[in-house]
Amino acid sequence: MERLFFYFIAIIILVFSVMAVNSRNMMRSIIYLLFVLLGVAGIYFLLEYNFLAAVELSVYAGGIIILYINSIMLIDKIGVPMEKPKGSRQLLAGLLSIFGLGVSLFAIYSYHFNQTATTTETTVKELGKHLLSYGNNGFILPFELISIFLLAALVGAIAIAKSTKTLK
Amino acid sequence: MIEGVSIYEILTLTTTVFFIGVYGFVTRKNLMAMLISIELILNSAAINFVVVNKYLFPAKMDGDIFSIFIIAIAAGETALALAIIINLYRLIMSVKTKDLETMKH
Repeated sequence: MERLFFYFIAIIILVFSVMAVNSRNMMRSIIYLLFVLLGVAGIYFLLEYNFLAAVELSVYAGGIIILYINSIMLIDKIGVPMEKPKGSRQLLAGLLSIFGLGVSLFAIYSYHFNQTATTTETTVKELGKHLLSYGNNGFILPFELISIFLLAALVGAIAIAKSTKTLK
Repeated sequence: MIEGVSIYEILTLTTTVFFIGVYGFVTRKNLMAMLISIELILNSAAINFVVVNKYLFPAKMDGDIFSIFIIAIAAGETALALAIIINLYRLIMSVKTKDLETMKH
């Protein structure tokens, strides 16, 4: 049953990610990306990382997609499709990607992973304690850094977007 | 772990999504579309962290926390990049890569 679910989600992710990089309409491209992100959240749910799935849904599918849609409304002429990339460039990029995919898959399949059969559920309580512990393997320093980083990104985004300098 | 699904299948999925993102990043000529490809790449990396954590070291949770950090950094990166793109559009009325020669003004 879970296997079937996984394959269903995998097909959704693959199909919509191909459509997201090939669609010539910007808005459609974003909506396809939204479906990819929902599929990724589904995989997190299947892996029993519920908190991570919730973060993925709220930050990515909720926040970032809305940010993209607002920016597209500010920037793009929605009805006008993007210009088609050159055939030679498409071919080159496709060959490059397939080559890289082949190398990576060869490396993955030739390595033997020691898979463990035990499953332990990760609770949010445990996660929070780990995130805020300053003992061994604690993550308090990156946690604080990320909060400063987010503040800096917020201030920087506002400062850049509202600057009224004009060219020349 | 997902019942009946080995780590190889999930890694195949994430690697494929990663290279679809690389393909989009190379072919697209619009800054916003390139950002979409970057989101695909970041997401596949985040799934990889989680999967390796869950299948190989289920007692630890470092991969989980790293994925949360990846999502946070991706949010900040997207906000900054979109701000730069909006500012650029006001300057040169275009978001195509071929029109971008002047960042320093």
